[in-house]
Amino acid sequence: MSLGGGEGPRMRTALAPQEKELVFAGAVPGQSLGKGLEDEGDAAEDIPVRRRRRFPLLGYAGMPVALGLAALLLYLWVQGRELDSIEARRVNAEVIREAFVEHMKLSAVSTVIVIALAVPLGVLLTRSFARWVTPGVVAIANIGQSVPSIGVIVLLALAWDIGFWPAIVALVAYTLLPVLRNTMVGLQQVDHSLIEAARGMGMTKVAVLGRVELPLAVPTILAGVRTALVINVGTATLATFTAAGGLGDIVSGGISTSRDTTIITGAVLTGILALSIDWLAGVAEDLLRPKGL
Amino acid sequence: MTDTDTAPSSGHRRPGDPMIRLERVSKQYPGQASPAVHEIDLDIPDGEIVMFVGPSGCGKTTLMKMINRLIEPSSGRIILDGEDVTSVNPDQLRRRIGYVIQQIGLFPHMTIAQNIALVPKMVGWDKGRVEARVDELLELVGLDAAMFRARYPKQLSGGQRQRIGVARALAVDPPVMLMDEPFGAIDPITRERLQNEFLRLQQDIRKTIVFVTHDIDEALKMGDRIVILEEGSHIAQYDTPEHILSNPANDYVADFIGQGASLKRLNLARVRDVELMQWPTLAATSSRDEVASALQASELGSVLLLDDERRPVQWVDARDLDRGVALEEAGLGPDAIVQLQATLQDALDEMLSSSHGVAVVVDGDGAYLGAVDFATVATAVSAMRREARDDAVAAAGQLASGDEARV
Repeated sequence: MSLGGGEGPRMRTALAPQEKELVFAGAVPGQSLGKGLEDEGDAAEDIPVRRRRRFPLLGYAGMPVALGLAALLLYLWVQGRELDSIEARRVNAEVIREAFVEHMKLSAVSTVIVIALAVPLGVLLTRSFARWVTPGVVAIANIGQSVPSIGVIVLLALAWDIGFWPAIVALVAYTLLPVLRNTMVGLQQVDHSLIEAARGMGMTKVAVLGRVELPLAVPTILAGVRTALVINVGTATLATFTAAGGLGDIVSGGISTSRDTTIITGAVLTGILALSIDWLAGVAEDLLRPKGL
Repeated sequence: MTDTDTAPSSGHRRPGDPMIRLERVSKQYPGQASPAVHEIDLDIPDGEIVMFVGPSGCGKTTLMKMINRLIEPSSGRIILDGEDVTSVNPDQLRRRIGYVIQQIGLFPHMTIAQNIALVPKMVGWDKGRVEARVDELLELVGLDAAMFRARYPKQLSGGQRQRIGVARALAVDPPVMLMDEPFGAIDPITRERLQNEFLRLQQDIRKTIVFVTHDIDEALKMGDRIVILEEGSHIAQYDTPEHILSNPANDYVADFIGQGASLKRLNLARVRDVELMQWPTLAATSSRDEVASALQASELGSVLLLDDERRPVQWVDARDLDRGVALEEAGLGPDAIVQLQATLQDALDEMLSSSHGVAVVVDGDGAYLGAVDFATVATAVSAMRREARDDAVAAAGQLASGDEARV
């Protein structure tokens, strides 16, 4: 389960493919006069907004089906085994549900905080007045990302406290960078001529940001959020070491008691959760992408 | 087109005053030794297209962008429609000035209607008025409103997008438009057509237009007046295309116009300015005998067949008849077709590549009007050269008498 070790998907800065194919219809010499305008119109008529969906229907359905199967297999496998009392203490519905909820809380709260911090920060850092602080802030965010997550969590626990909030702070520090960087890249990659056109027609700077820059940066920002979510789900496993709960409890409990069934149950559940979240985020990305892009 | 409370006209301007006046306008970028634009004085008359033309880096775009203050002038004054706008709110100012750029800058996440509606909404039009205006503008630039309103820019061809760009700039009917190489990134055939369409549109809307280009041929074709700029935004010559061609102010201008001033003059005259010749025409449904007798009656050697909407269908000459195939299959399709607002250069170009050495002239619906041949073009060119020479002599005479008076 490599997801558990914070080695999960790195930057999803890979930008959505710049679909800029020019649709040159109707530039036919000779017959283009007179009714030329209508000719052109007809030629361009059948071009759909989205030529192909990023995920075909099968792709949308495939992942949940596969994950459901994995969960079913895990269940049947555990059912088929004789559990001793040590195993049964961890591998039971009550404990698993609790760990699961804790895990979701850790991931969700940290991601919400990351979005609330990183997106506004990314907007500020791409404004012209902030050019001179940008490299410094990105460097700091880079440090947060480079230090191994287990280190961040443990250091925070030593310096501050154990439990839920220190774990959240560690997760936020760790995943601030992908969202921040994607927000900045998303805003910076907005075609400069669009901003000039917007300014030239009399939009205020705030209006340009809200109506042009941010909507066009949404796909890239969402890709960053998706990365952060997946990293958070994976890294939250480590929160067990500072008594913040989560599915990591099951895995580490299994390790300390040398019970393979427990380890595998915890690890597979973490994997299923991470992939489900990634899938959900992918669907959200597709739904929230502005039309016309 | 609604005239009331659209882009507000301040009304300070007296009749005869320029729509735009630049007074000693300069732009000095910090850290640069010489100013990008140095103390320019320029009057741009109401309702004319004034071309800023010059080599890359001469500051023509900088000069234009100072008019809507996308680039703030370091010193000098900008007078728009009689009002000093050097220090008014720049966002408000820009809503009064249409702006078209080379990359067009349509917002890809907004529909065509939303793109066009942006400025009307900013200046507070109500929904019904905005919608009506969007449809009106789409029709104005020759696009079917019902078909295009809800489309996204990605679904349009390059030429269509440029038309939307122009429509968007015209949205609140501003008296002034700034156009920064608007047709620069479009293939030559579409560019030609858009230029012609735009000139036809300008006949109706009569905007004051500042148009930046690096292409002297485009400047000669589109401009009522041309500002030829040298390095550092120095104005080398500001005059009508005719005068610039016949009396370049200095070697720089002459160099910039390049060779073939006579040929370029063809860009100044339009098909509608010359007398069209008439070619024998017949309905496409005519019989062979009718065609044969028409051929005999004419010295031109061929007849042009028209469909029931008088659009040219094909040429037929005696040899085609002799070949004994059905009339519809004989002869050649009409290959050289121009519209009235095409320049004589366009017409000549078509003629040279046509089978019959003539360009067929059609109206906006494609219906036959007449034809232009080499003799027509030659006559027009020599008439223009004569006029230009007379003008020059008259101007020189005035100058001389003025000097004498002063002495």
